[in-house]
Amino acid sequence: MKIKNIIITFVSAIALLLSTSVVSFAKVVGDKIILGAAVSLTGKYSSNGVHTQNGYNMAVERINSMGGIKVGGKTYKFDIIYYDDESNPKRAAQLAERLISQDGVEFMLGPYSSGLTKAMAPVTEKYGVPMVEANGASRSLFTKGYKYLFAVLAPANLYLDVAIRTAVELNGGKGVKIAQAFEQDAFSQDVRLGILDAAKDTGSEIIIDDKLPKELNDMAATLVKVKQMKPDVLVVSGHTKGALTAIRQISEMKVDVPMLAMTHCDAAKLSKQHGKNSQYALCASQWHKTLTYKDKWFKDGMTYDADFTKAFGYAPPYQAAESSAALLVFKDAFERANSFDQKKVRDALAATDMQTFYGNIKFAPGGQNVSKPMVLFQVMCDSAGKCENKVVAPLKWASAELIHPIPKWSER
Amino acid sequence: MVFQYPMITVQACLDGILLGILFALIAYGMALQWGVMNIINIAQGDLVILGGYIAYFMYLYGIHPAWGVIVSPIIMYFVGIGIYKLVINKVVDRDLFISILATFGISILFMQLMNFAFGADVVLANSGYGTTFLFDSNVVLPNSKIFSAFVSIVFAICLVIYMKKSKLGRAIRATAQNARAAKILGVDTEKVYAATFGINAALCGVAGALISITFTIHPYMGLPYTIRSFMIVIVAGLGNLPGVALSGMGLGVFEEFADYILGTEFRIGSVFLLLVLILVYRRFKLSKKREYLK
Repeated sequence: MKIKNIIITFVSAIALLLSTSVVSFAKVVGDKIILGAAVSLTGKYSSNGVHTQNGYNMAVERINSMGGIKVGGKTYKFDIIYYDDESNPKRAAQLAERLISQDGVEFMLGPYSSGLTKAMAPVTEKYGVPMVEANGASRSLFTKGYKYLFAVLAPANLYLDVAIRTAVELNGGKGVKIAQAFEQDAFSQDVRLGILDAAKDTGSEIIIDDKLPKELNDMAATLVKVKQMKPDVLVVSGHTKGALTAIRQISEMKVDVPMLAMTHCDAAKLSKQHGKNSQYALCASQWHKTLTYKDKWFKDGMTYDADFTKAFGYAPPYQAAESSAALLVFKDAFERANSFDQKKVRDALAATDMQTFYGNIKFAPGGQNVSKPMVLFQVMCDSAGKCENKVVAPLKWASAELIHPIPKWSER
Repeated sequence: MVFQYPMITVQACLDGILLGILFALIAYGMALQWGVMNIINIAQGDLVILGGYIAYFMYLYGIHPAWGVIVSPIIMYFVGIGIYKLVINKVVDRDLFISILATFGISILFMQLMNFAFGADVVLANSGYGTTFLFDSNVVLPNSKIFSAFVSIVFAICLVIYMKKSKLGRAIRATAQNARAAKILGVDTEKVYAATFGINAALCGVAGALISITFTIHPYMGLPYTIRSFMIVIVAGLGNLPGVALSGMGLGVFEEFADYILGTEFRIGSVFLLLVLILVYRRFKLSKKREYLK
């Protein structure tokens, strides 16, 4: 028995030694630049995690097939090491550590969601690993003074800002009455802060301010208040469950409100799940295929939409588009830095100023992208009941005119 | 606000009662198997969600989701029997802690399997039922909620009759009273346990189908249903169906009012607080009794 134990200990010690010493194939192997990414392939974020991964893969394939990345006179190709973070922040932080210290990755792509990005950023920061992320919008990511974190998307507090401003504009510049219901998570609470700022700026009044639980699937109480107090705008943010629950209960309870603004409508496949009931809802989006930004790799939004649909069998939500844009930013930075030195690449990233099919990208000192506005689209249905999302604000990108106020249920 | 807009009070009460009846159905299943097998089923909510997915898939294939109320319990009955044969029969005679651990494990397994099989998207089934307007349309009740409450009541009544009249029902009640004595008198307790767990799962299936019509379902949304049913059973006591129904409705109304008065963020929190208060009160009452006996 004793001998057996000794043998087991011995063998496991050797195994442990081997497993830690295989490590450190560096960031650039042969003609490959190896990026690390932990994305949620299982767990509660798995749908959006897969969108993120598909977006990354789409861009890697495109950049590699169009000549790769030129650094120091040599051509390189992108490759990504993926791990599944199980939608768990603790696991994401562990994986960041593993990617950097075991796999020797020197450049990282972000995970899905603000929460997971928040867990990984301190690790990448500690090792001085530049991370370009595309799915963490929480404002708190950009106020911590991170030097190696860059986000291609607009921060969360700007998501529904434009909705309030549009409502005020339509009200002849006078303040409006706002009812809001937000889930209690980092992202939605940031969206809420954005609304508070916009309300203060425009002299609007917040008459209902509900915080929804994480297990949100019933907001009848909020809607009853809305029915009684008759606000001008109802703002809801609670990821896909919030969007789906809101439309279900608004249509069932026949709540009339002149403007309804939400987040995560396209991730929730709102028009598919609710059909005509979702009509007139305004949705904040980072990207829409009809926007006319251009680049040399994906051409424009419509082409990206078609190519992505061909490759993966479904239309790309904005989570995929922004993930693809992250790779374009990395390529651009590597070429400008003309080096694989982390510090030089970091400085090149900080100086990014480019247009991609997804939008303009230029980073503020905090790391957030400040040159791309959010867009609002409105769900519009034809008489046959086929619904489509049409961009209505900001006016520069609008492909349809905003329908305001929303017709009453009794008149539909 | 409740005083400012009196109609809100009516709305809150009706919403709460309709919601509570649905909770009571889930809680009744829990009370049944808790009473018979002395097992607290942490996976209760996950069985509910699985039942919801069955209705949702029928809806996807073009069948009206209300039929899920019939189909879902039939499938879930066999799922329940399967779980019993695989896991529960090994823990049924052990102490409560082991059974909590085992069902907690089942709960995690179910969540992950559902996530794997159905994806992490939030889904719902549209029943197309309209809305009922009361009091000059100041109070609105979605017909789907009324339908849910009605179906729950029908199932509860059927179950009560079944427990009273049928042979298996009597065997279940006998086992709940004294498993050993029932065994001696020729009741196949093993079979009774399996059937009880199956019936509980079937009730969860009904509730799940109703939830997919009235609310939304998601692989990770089970826990609140477990907690609510646990809460209802604690208040009502085991084997007390009218009590379960009443405390279910009470909890529903309590939740709605907590929402209006304290704010939506305290809705679930207030349920937990109530649970703690009730447990403390029970303990207090018990300790008083103990002194009395001395």
